[in-house]
Amino acid sequence: MITYDLLVAICLAYVVVLFAVAFWAERRAAAGRDNWLRAPLVYTLSLSVYCTAWTFYGAVGYAARSGLEFVTIYLGPTLVLIGWWWTLRKLVRIGKTQRITSIADLISSRYGKSNTLGVIVTLLAVVGTTPYIALQLQSVTLSFAVFVPQGAGRWSSIDPNATAVAVAAGLALFTVLFGTRNLDANERHHGVVMAIAVEAVVKLFALLAVGSFVVWGLGGGPGEMMARINASPVAQDQIRAGRWIGLTFLSAAAVLTLPRMFQVLVVENADEKHLATASWAFPLYLMLMSLFVVPIAVIGLEVMPPQANPDLFVLTVPLDQGRELLATLAFLGGFSSATSMVIVAAIALSTMVSNHIVMPLFLNWKSEGATMSGDVRKLVLRARRFSIAGVLFLGYLYYRLSGGSEALAAIGLISFAGVAQVLPALLGGIFWRGATRRGALAGLVTGFALWAYTLFLPSFGEGAVMSARLLAEGPWGIGWLRPQALFGVQMDPVVHAVFWSLILNVLAFFSGSLAGFPGPMERLQGAQFVNVFERSAEGRAWTHGQAEAEDLLLMAQRILGPAEAQALFHRVAADQGKGGYLPDITPEFLQHLERELAGSVGAATAHAMVGQIVGRSSVSVGDLMAVADETAQMMEYSSQLEAKSEELARTARQLREANEKLTALSIQKDAFLSQISHELRTPMTSIRAFSEILIETKNLAPEERTRYSRVIHEEALRLTRLLDDLLDLSVLENGQVTLHEQAADLSDLLDRAAAAAGCSGPGGIRIRRDPARERIRIFTDTDRLTQVFINLIANAQKYCAAEVPELRVEVREAGGRLAVDFIDNGAGIPRKSQALIFEKFSRLTDPRSAGGAGLGLAICREVMSKLGGSIIYLPGQRGAAFRVTLPQACRRAA
Amino acid sequence: MTRRTRLFLEREGYRRRRLRDMARLLPVLGIVLFLLPLLHGRPEAGVIAYLFLAWAGLILLAGLLSRRLQEDPPAPPGESGP
Amino acid sequence: MGKHVLLIEDEPNIIEAIRFILSRDGWRVDTHSDGQSALDAVLDRRPDVVILDVMLPNRSGYDILREIREQDEIGSLPVLLLTAKGQAKDREMAERLGASRFMTKPFSNTEVLAALRELFPQ
Repeated sequence: MITYDLLVAICLAYVVVLFAVAFWAERRAAAGRDNWLRAPLVYTLSLSVYCTAWTFYGAVGYAARSGLEFVTIYLGPTLVLIGWWWTLRKLVRIGKTQRITSIADLISSRYGKSNTLGVIVTLLAVVGTTPYIALQLQSVTLSFAVFVPQGAGRWSSIDPNATAVAVAAGLALFTVLFGTRNLDANERHHGVVMAIAVEAVVKLFALLAVGSFVVWGLGGGPGEMMARINASPVAQDQIRAGRWIGLTFLSAAAVLTLPRMFQVLVVENADEKHLATASWAFPLYLMLMSLFVVPIAVIGLEVMPPQANPDLFVLTVPLDQGRELLATLAFLGGFSSATSMVIVAAIALSTMVSNHIVMPLFLNWKSEGATMSGDVRKLVLRARRFSIAGVLFLGYLYYRLSGGSEALAAIGLISFAGVAQVLPALLGGIFWRGATRRGALAGLVTGFALWAYTLFLPSFGEGAVMSARLLAEGPWGIGWLRPQALFGVQMDPVVHAVFWSLILNVLAFFSGSLAGFPGPMERLQGAQFVNVFERSAEGRAWTHGQAEAEDLLLMAQRILGPAEAQALFHRVAADQGKGGYLPDITPEFLQHLERELAGSVGAATAHAMVGQIVGRSSVSVGDLMAVADETAQMMEYSSQLEAKSEELARTARQLREANEKLTALSIQKDAFLSQISHELRTPMTSIRAFSEILIETKNLAPEERTRYSRVIHEEALRLTRLLDDLLDLSVLENGQVTLHEQAADLSDLLDRAAAAAGCSGPGGIRIRRDPARERIRIFTDTDRLTQVFINLIANAQKYCAAEVPELRVEVREAGGRLAVDFIDNGAGIPRKSQALIFEKFSRLTDPRSAGGAGLGLAICREVMSKLGGSIIYLPGQRGAAFRVTLPQACRRAA
Repeated sequence: MTRRTRLFLEREGYRRRRLRDMARLLPVLGIVLFLLPLLHGRPEAGVIAYLFLAWAGLILLAGLLSRRLQEDPPAPPGESGP
Repeated sequence: MGKHVLLIEDEPNIIEAIRFILSRDGWRVDTHSDGQSALDAVLDRRPDVVILDVMLPNRSGYDILREIREQDEIGSLPVLLLTAKGQAKDREMAERLGASRFMTKPFSNTEVLAALRELFPQ
């Protein structure tokens, strides 16, 4: 007999392997070597989260009790998958173009980015999934119990609850580790998907192994097996037509609406082509999973004692035959089924909870709005982690409260029926433009309520939630309102509930949709969803907004992270023909940005955040016209016109910008001479005045004499410095400079610069650095580069007006270039001055207080261009921020 | 020359449209096949065997269709395979 | 009460030098170094002569001069304008605005003294 301890050890080893696989996949993906992680096979295998412990163990039990009916649970998904051209293809395309993060997000986004709908679907999903998670925990504890010898005192010391707690905690840890690594849900969870794929292989292999053993080892080969099946009670029950059709339909609906299935089918989909492979490969997987179910059930009924639980035949039959290795394999298969379901369900639910409940609450609570709130990125991740722990805790709680009873066994179908209530809103939303928010709301609420009344609440058993009297006679004795026989119709409870809840759901959905008039945003989104293949053009929710690009950048950085947000803004600006990081606020840009944000926080939240900044979230008359103009020709024509007029506007804007800059430059050129004169004459005045005093005054006190001499000396130095700067600049500008290139450590250069800028003293600015990231060997003119650093640090020292001045130096590598950012915590530089600070003598504040001539940044710019890099002002950092970029060639392998 | 090329492309386009029609019809066929066991009533070994054969057949068809549907855009004339 | 001069200038070294030179000659020297509130300072202190720098923080010396000339009570106050720019157009500007004297930095100490004695003879 395999010992309990050995089993625990095997189980732990298996978990370690899963962690390793997930970690390895994450590493490969991070290194960009994710080619075969994105293979269609991995995608197909990840869909196997459909097969939970309920199907792994339960299918055999189901077959033992009700014959062939279990197979309907697999037939539904088969039909949906081979019919991918109808529905799944469209869902995946919509998921991609709209950056959908969950099924709640899809519904919310489709119906005018309504968060109410998002919340309802989220609640529905949580209520429907929690018992299902409890079921998985139960199956794991039960399968552990099988391995404990009968009557041994040992089991009493092993608390089944402790097993459940350990499993739930382990799963929470795994999910948090690999499920909340990156924020953007559209950046798929490579580690999780890979681990799920491995588990998929294990469970299929385990079930096929047990099946083969049963057919060839116990059943005497396929021929004799057929005879045994015919003789078995399994083949005696009539197939019940109502349940056969109802359950096939229900499982087909579930594969589309289960949060975890939506997660793997749509959200984690890396390439639409993978769906084509999955369309036949996943049905094949399902067929293989169910191939040996009937034989195992038949043999199990033959060889096992009558009181044995058929739900555990997959384990007990091999164990009974002394095949411990096989039983262990089967155990791992069941363990895999349970864990993969829980992991994916927890990820899907936590995304919904954080995007539709936590974030909106937070945004509401933070009245200052999106720009002012704290680091949203961290908040979202934290919200997801807490949600994952919360979901698993709920599952465990449900397991404890339901007492691990048989009540759980039926929960699979109940859960299916619950999430299937989303189906009308989902299909209506992607196929019918007339579907409205009001209709979806009515349908969901009706369906949800009826499901709870007819199936979910009665499932707790008589007297638990509903009294026996209520079940038998209906509320207040009204017979036609009996929960399990509405309108006096008597059928199988599950079919009854599915029938009434969905019929009335659809009815409410249609009448709600037809009765009202959809808002502009709904119509816009409706058109985009329904016509996703015809119209890949962007929807136009945002017209000429007054948003400040800088505010948007500030917000985007909070959510996407600084590097990614900056890259996005830079790219868009470049596409518009502009330099820098602040593109024009075009409707296309806002749309694009909103989608990117939606990938992290969901459509409704992203819309609300952009709306807060842009200052208007309604849709203009022009947008309505665009929706109303249905013919493709009109769309084509108007979009051409728009493109042309936009191009004209852009050219005009560029000309205006160039002209403004030229004018500003010419004024500066004109002022140049007078500036030089002023800069030279001011120190000279002091020198002349004091030297005359020294010459003329006979009886000057010695201390006065020293003081005046010192003034003369200081002012002479100031003159020298100014002349040096001028000469330096002129040499640089005329290109007569020779570079002395040598290898050095970036951190050394920064050390040197910090020391030279004199910020080590008590009044100096505090510099925050990250030495680990600065350990980069570069090859360049180190003296020149240090000169630039000194200038930037000295500038921050002079101009940063914060109470506790602080300068952050951040080194990052992006796109092969090395960027060093200098960001202080002062007031920053006003937008209108940002374009001019690199020009000569362009001091912004009181010149004398700083003591420089306003040439520093001009010199920096020249130096950097000589070194083949650049220096720019980095907007959107609160304080003044400069980015020094070095070319790739500077980077030297250490 | 040009006429022939266009004709060829049109035929190709026609084929593709019919392939999509088949992809749309496949689940309908599946529904019909999966409902047939109801006529027999008892889930005897023969019925089970039939169900799995029908299932395998559908998977095979879906596999063939998905391969053909993925070949897009249509290969230029002269290079297209048999 | 003695001769009273108001020096409007922001370079501390230059302030110190002029103060030294003038106090030795018996002048009472008041200083002010901000452009924005310079006019109020003149109205408040009522000096006999004003020495005004052109490049002041927040406000140009030219603007201050124009405002002094617009006030009835101090409209005829003698003002010595100092500039470090020294271009022809600066001199023209000073004359047009009604500066009593115009000097370019760097100046000689005796020149400044002479100019002041001339502007406020006793």
